Amino acid sequence: MSSWLFLIPLLPLAAAVINFILGRWFLQHASQWLATLAVAGSFILSIPVFLEIVSDEQAISQHLYTWIPAGDFDIPVTLFVDQLTATMLLVVTGVGLLVHIYSIGYMHGDPGIYRFFSYLPLFVFSMLMLVMANNFLVLFVFWEAVGLCSFLLIGFWYRRRSAASAAKKAFIVNRVGDFGFGIGILLIFVTYGTIEYAGVFDMVGDASQTTITVIALLLFTGAIGKSAQLPLFVWLPDAMEGPTPVSALIHAATMVTAGIFVLARAYPVVSQSADAMMVISIVGIATAFVAATIAVTQYDIKKVVAYSTVSQLGFMAFAIGTGAWIAAIFHLVTHAFFKGLLFLGAGSVIHGMHEEQDMRKMGGLKKYMPITYWTFLIGAAANAGIIPLAGFWSKDEIILGTWLYDHTVIMVIAFITAFFTSLYMFRAVFMTFHGEERFNPDEVHPHESPRIMTIPLIVLAVFAATIGFIGFPPEDGWFHHFLINAFPGLTLPDVAWSTIFIFAGISTLIALSGLFIQYMAYVKKSISPAGIAGLLGPLYKLAANRWYLDEIYDVLIVRPLVAFSMFLWRFVDAQVIDGTVNGVATLVTYTSQQWRKAQTGLIANYVFAIALGAIIIIGAFMIFGSNLFQ
Amino acid sequence: MNELMPEQFMFLSAALFIIGMVGVLTRRNVLVIFMCVELMLASVNIAFVGFAWEFSQMTGQIFALFVIAIAAAEAVIGLGIIMALTRQRDTVDINEVRELRQ
Repeated sequence: MSSWLFLIPLLPLAAAVINFILGRWFLQHASQWLATLAVAGSFILSIPVFLEIVSDEQAISQHLYTWIPAGDFDIPVTLFVDQLTATMLLVVTGVGLLVHIYSIGYMHGDPGIYRFFSYLPLFVFSMLMLVMANNFLVLFVFWEAVGLCSFLLIGFWYRRRSAASAAKKAFIVNRVGDFGFGIGILLIFVTYGTIEYAGVFDMVGDASQTTITVIALLLFTGAIGKSAQLPLFVWLPDAMEGPTPVSALIHAATMVTAGIFVLARAYPVVSQSADAMMVISIVGIATAFVAATIAVTQYDIKKVVAYSTVSQLGFMAFAIGTGAWIAAIFHLVTHAFFKGLLFLGAGSVIHGMHEEQDMRKMGGLKKYMPITYWTFLIGAAANAGIIPLAGFWSKDEIILGTWLYDHTVIMVIAFITAFFTSLYMFRAVFMTFHGEERFNPDEVHPHESPRIMTIPLIVLAVFAATIGFIGFPPEDGWFHHFLINAFPGLTLPDVAWSTIFIFAGISTLIALSGLFIQYMAYVKKSISPAGIAGLLGPLYKLAANRWYLDEIYDVLIVRPLVAFSMFLWRFVDAQVIDGTVNGVATLVTYTSQQWRKAQTGLIANYVFAIALGAIIIIGAFMIFGSNLFQ
Repeated sequence: MNELMPEQFMFLSAALFIIGMVGVLTRRNVLVIFMCVELMLASVNIAFVGFAWEFSQMTGQIFALFVIAIAAAEAVIGLGIIMALTRQRDTVDINEVRELRQ
């Protein structure tokens, strides 16, 4: 099996290249089938790889070629698959395939379709190489490559100014994190003399505790950017400018989890530093809470799901920070399915509503799009943590982890965040699908999406409902025993059933209370959301304005930068540099104009000048050069 | 007074040269200017020959012959130009010909 491991990333790459070169003139709409088939091929090939890892319980790898041979230092391009990678392979290719199929319906008729189906498999390729890398440099290369694909796809409708600037924002904000990430990799190389995982992880203990902490924190800096943690998450909600399938695949299911994946990959390093873990958990829980409060106040259906993604990524981050490594990856997997589902469902709603994203102009869509409704409901319930859907198992386990590893404060905030999660999820469901119809029926005719879009929804809904059972019973499930091999030295905690039941009970109670409140608010109308908003006053405004993070960046970074750029442009460039160049030219012109006057055309003048010059030169020569006058 | 002193031919040469130069500078008739240039060349020839005699070397003599030959060639060209000029412009006044102006 390991001998054709290389086909898994190669197929999407080939599809991307072919579509990019031939798509515009020859393939056009055929490009969608090529891309979908390629990703389907990767998915089918990933299954036996996964099964082999399950049965053999050891990592497989395939050396492709040596990228940089330089004496003792060489960078191999080697595909490496262990339990963690195998899980990611299935998630990336599985969700990726469904998103490709869905996109065929969603992007139907778009003139740039060949571009779309070139970027999308390119992203799948980059993501697969990212998870299959066996050293930090290749990881970093594809870390940047997924960032590039993200940029290209957010700005897919580049003629829209907002999409173009959202793409730039995503790219630039990510640069901040990537800068730290790059330095982290350099520090790894300086410290350990190698950047291959195996070599580094064997020697972790050789470095000082401070160095390990710094490395772990620098790697986490990269994760802050890519996985949209505080304070860099501002790019993710804006990234919703891209086509909705892109949001589902890249900004929910896969790419944003790359940061979490890297932390898990670097488990031997990160777990050695208690300080770094502390920072990760604090940043994670803060992200989860802040994003959840924002999500409750948003009206754009995609923005709600986007902030929900940020919040869930925060959950994964603080799970890692508190030491619940497997719960973090478990949540990563379940989240990929239910958040992919939610995005595709939101896309289906937007599609059926003729590109309307504002939930205030929806309502009562249940009877128009039943399949979208039921699948979206399953996704929302899974996200909110309703038993027995996928999100319940993973999220409950994360919260259980905070208690098991003695992080009581984080546990309390996590429960509050879970309550907000339930609030925003069911708010979105009830506002969109229930209640009165707030759109103009003469102009908008909501309709169910075509089958090519609903089938991926149904498949994802099935997974969102059932995938949680791979982690059942909690802390002792099949998934835990499978994944534990990827985390050497980690042991599964022994949890009493009573504890599990108490936590499950509290979680369910919280989730149901959120459901109940939103039901009263948006269906029964016995609670006025506006009244509550008014009651909370400044707190509501804080959340509704996204905690003023964009404004803070605007004042602290963007405006000074713009002002400085204006200074460089208007003063340094336009005046100093241009002034120097033009000044020299003007001076030469002026001087020449003056000298022109010497050109009289009178030969007598010229002869006089020659004679005078000769006399001066000879005179000078005689005075200074000869001894005649000395 | 049978010995030639260097001062003697030096003064003769310098005087001729200055007469020629002043002529070039002050006269407006192109033919006169041309003759003044010839005068300057002749003055240089005198200096050459005089010094050659003084130092008993042949170099100066040969140089004088070269200068005479070149002056002859230059006279042909110069007179040709003057002929062409007078035919075209019907003037020999140098100040009337200002083609070299800017």
